[in-house]
Amino acid sequence: MGHNHKHSAPLSDTVLRVKSLESLLVEKGLVDTAGLDALVERYEHQVGPRNGAAVVAKSWVDPGFKERLMKDASAAIAELGYSGAQGEELVAVENTDAVHNVVVCTLCSCYPWPVLGLPPVWYKSAPYRSRVVREPRAVLKEFGTELSADTEVRVWDSTAETRYLVIPQRPVGSENMSEEALAALVSRDSMIGVTVALNPTEEAA
Amino acid sequence: MSDFDKALIEMAIPRNDEGPVFDEPWQAQAFALTVKLNESGHFTWGEWADIFGAEIARASKDGRGCGNENYYLCWLAALETIVTAKNILSAAQIADRKEGWRHANEHTEYGKSIELDHAH
Repeated sequence: MGHNHKHSAPLSDTVLRVKSLESLLVEKGLVDTAGLDALVERYEHQVGPRNGAAVVAKSWVDPGFKERLMKDASAAIAELGYSGAQGEELVAVENTDAVHNVVVCTLCSCYPWPVLGLPPVWYKSAPYRSRVVREPRAVLKEFGTELSADTEVRVWDSTAETRYLVIPQRPVGSENMSEEALAALVSRDSMIGVTVALNPTEEAA
Repeated sequence: MSDFDKALIEMAIPRNDEGPVFDEPWQAQAFALTVKLNESGHFTWGEWADIFGAEIARASKDGRGCGNENYYLCWLAALETIVTAKNILSAAQIADRKEGWRHANEHTEYGKSIELDHAH
């Protein structure tokens, strides 16, 4: 990961204004981060991660869609009526037996929110942002995800221009399930890559 | 119903059956900051409605539309106004911090967390 990767696209003026107010008010102790995040999270379901789960489930049952998704995810999700309002590119990365993908934004909290909703508290936290790059296996373990030693872990750093959506592996035992039932197995965390998709015997959170 | 819920209805916030609706994360963040400052007693919803109402009126006069984006741009402008009017933050402080974030955004390298350099 030694390549020189800069977040060259400027954050929008609006986003900078909000970040400025938020950081100053938090520093002054006038608002607490946990309370703020709890409130934001309360509305998280308004935009997703149901959209992302529908995308993943469709990719599991429709090979043509899957091919288009892997080639150009922004265009593929547009087929389902989802788009990135800021015009950023969406890239789908697929988990296999050989490769496990996990997404971070080391700079701030760039996140594919048109498909996943608002980012969870931990995604925006400094420890996650710095540690998942240095020691991804240890971080994944804390999320209860143990990978075989042969599995390569790829960490994708989101930017203002490019957002990543992890396509988790279709769970064993889900062969006869409908697309809708499959979508319920696709948790937000599995599309960030810190967990795997739920087993058909588990309830979606 | 809480005062907050009543205030939301009076302010005609974009919403569906389940509650407020946001198009982008910054909208929810600006909204949440406002709610938190109100909860901790920094201003009342009445004071907020006056300032926010003035922003909406100005936007309407300028011919800006009333979609979510414009609604929350007014919201953000009102939040900046009320924190300076109440001496919670100064305009200079906000401007400095914004430059700090802009600088950090442009200069942070891959693999490092964004840090504000307070020397700037």
